[in-house]
Amino acid sequence: MMAENISTGNISSGSLANSGYADGRVSQPGVLDTTHGVVLYMDDISVSFDGFRALNKLSLAIDVGELRCIIGPNGAGKTTMMDVITGKTRPDSGTVFFGQTLDCTKLTEPQIAQAGIGRKFQKPTVFENHTVFENLELAIKTDKGIWNSLFGKMTGVQLDRIGQILETINLRDLYKSRAGLLSHGQKQWLEIGMLLAQEPRLLLLDEPVAGMTDHETERTAELLNSLAGSHSIMVVEHDMDFVNSIARKVTVLHQGSVLAEGSMAQVQSNEEVIEVYLGR
Amino acid sequence: MPQLFAQPSLFSRLYSGKAWSMLAAALALICLVFHMLNLLLPADSLFHVSDYTVALTGKILCYAIVALAIDLVWGYTGILSLGHGVFFALGGYAFGMYLMRQIGMDGSYHSSLPDFMVFLDWKTYPWYWQMTDHFWFALLLVLLVPGVLAFVFGYFAFRSRIKGVYFSIITQAMTYAFMLLFFRNETGFGGNNGFTDFKRLLDMPITTPQMRMALFILTGCMLIALLLVSRAIVTSKFGRVLTAIRDAESRVMFSGYNPLHYKLAIWTFSAMICGIAGALYVPQVGIINPSEMSPGNSIEIAIWAAVGGRGTLIGPLLGAGIVNGAKSYFTQAFPEYWLYFLGLLFVLATLYLPQGVLGLFEKLKAGRRAVKHSDNNPIEKA
Repeated sequence: MMAENISTGNISSGSLANSGYADGRVSQPGVLDTTHGVVLYMDDISVSFDGFRALNKLSLAIDVGELRCIIGPNGAGKTTMMDVITGKTRPDSGTVFFGQTLDCTKLTEPQIAQAGIGRKFQKPTVFENHTVFENLELAIKTDKGIWNSLFGKMTGVQLDRIGQILETINLRDLYKSRAGLLSHGQKQWLEIGMLLAQEPRLLLLDEPVAGMTDHETERTAELLNSLAGSHSIMVVEHDMDFVNSIARKVTVLHQGSVLAEGSMAQVQSNEEVIEVYLGR
Repeated sequence: MPQLFAQPSLFSRLYSGKAWSMLAAALALICLVFHMLNLLLPADSLFHVSDYTVALTGKILCYAIVALAIDLVWGYTGILSLGHGVFFALGGYAFGMYLMRQIGMDGSYHSSLPDFMVFLDWKTYPWYWQMTDHFWFALLLVLLVPGVLAFVFGYFAFRSRIKGVYFSIITQAMTYAFMLLFFRNETGFGGNNGFTDFKRLLDMPITTPQMRMALFILTGCMLIALLLVSRAIVTSKFGRVLTAIRDAESRVMFSGYNPLHYKLAIWTFSAMICGIAGALYVPQVGIINPSEMSPGNSIEIAIWAAVGGRGTLIGPLLGAGIVNGAKSYFTQAFPEYWLYFLGLLFVLATLYLPQGVLGLFEKLKAGRRAVKHSDNNPIEKA
């Protein structure tokens, strides 16, 4: 099983990247290599559903420690792009590399997750019948095999980590509550907390502030700003104020490919972008 | 903070002190009280438990083990199997082969082969009957045959991500196919008559009251042991992953778990439990035939769990008792109405008791507690 070979978060010395492969990339499961400063390469990705081109020769790269916002009108392919990165959808053509060496189009969802890509869904998806604590327990980075789940015990370090995350996502007092009883915003945070517990190298957040109050949105922006740098983050969002408050670099998707890329100001003044999206 | 998350000992993780004492009481009831009331009291005594009652209760205890098995996959993991009857029957057949071998030369034709093989004019045992005269080998088959079938079937079904009603329908087809296969005389399992007329078990006569009581007690102890093992499973992190798969499988995958491994493990374990139940059932009931694999039988198993209360382990045990108790009464009093009653029970349980009988108890208990201390909800306070 390949899953066992993947030791998450390992950074190789880069020897493979220098060993003469033409494009510098080779599928080598097991080692995440970000020595070139890029955590995610998407190259020429196309996906069609029944003739509908959801992604059309999309190419995109995310740098290590970057906080990237993806915007675009409905149907631009934002969620499909996340599906492709996380292994849920296989592209018709093109490649997705996580670091230099991990080919996401050849790995399964759990393998990609273990390799270090965490994903938050558009609709908050937590385990509603489990307590807040149990949700984090299930997410925390550890051996996710059957044997360890049956007989393993949590270490003190892991318990401390859960304690920290509970503070970060402001659910410290509710750790014993069933997640299904939380408010919408709290569920969003719990899901972000679960991502943090996984200790991913790259976080994909699909509309993280949808349904949040202004105060909650503000706090989420603070949280993401504090995570950027130590994590690479890709955020898909419709809320322009929110994007403005976190974005360093924005990518606009339209009809399955990149329409524009740059700072928020550059993007907002781009004629084409105004035409398809912002102006309306 | 960490001491708040203290991990309990296995003993207290499984059940509270009160529940443990109830389990002990149930064990005593099965092992001692039934035993004494059946074997030691004179037959005309008011408290005498008849052989019929012992046989019926023993049968229901076997069914309860099956209900436990289906709760693990349906109640906890969200996989509705409508084919668990096949695992039960295969366990029964595996042990039945041993019981047939124990008949020895005492069959109607006084041959070393079972009567149905003589009837088919077979001269020797087919290859798959080899070794079945060894008790230990029979026990191995009881676990392995349902286990291997479940593993292979489950591997392909879960790998293809077949879920929901599609999965349920395929399990129906599976049990139906096996029923047709076992109906054939050439299959070598006695055709539509199956196995019956058992004479001995471990070289002791099988029809004595003592043997019946021994099997009864063994079944009861097995049920409680399997209940505790299942409880240990569902209260472990493994069990929480199962419930998580039921509630949000994609989140489980994106958290780095491979649901295939988890589903396959619990599915195979569940099938093996059914095999044990079948093996205990056959010597007590004295017959196993392909009708045990009929699709309707497997649906009934799911109804036990639904009526008792899914995802509680104890609930399905109660459900198996309630439905089968009602069945033995109804099929005597109003034989033609039993199926209508069963259907009605299922509809009513689905509509009004989504958590089953056990859910009803819990609700009544919670209602009383809520009256006692009304403002103790941490969510409301937050």
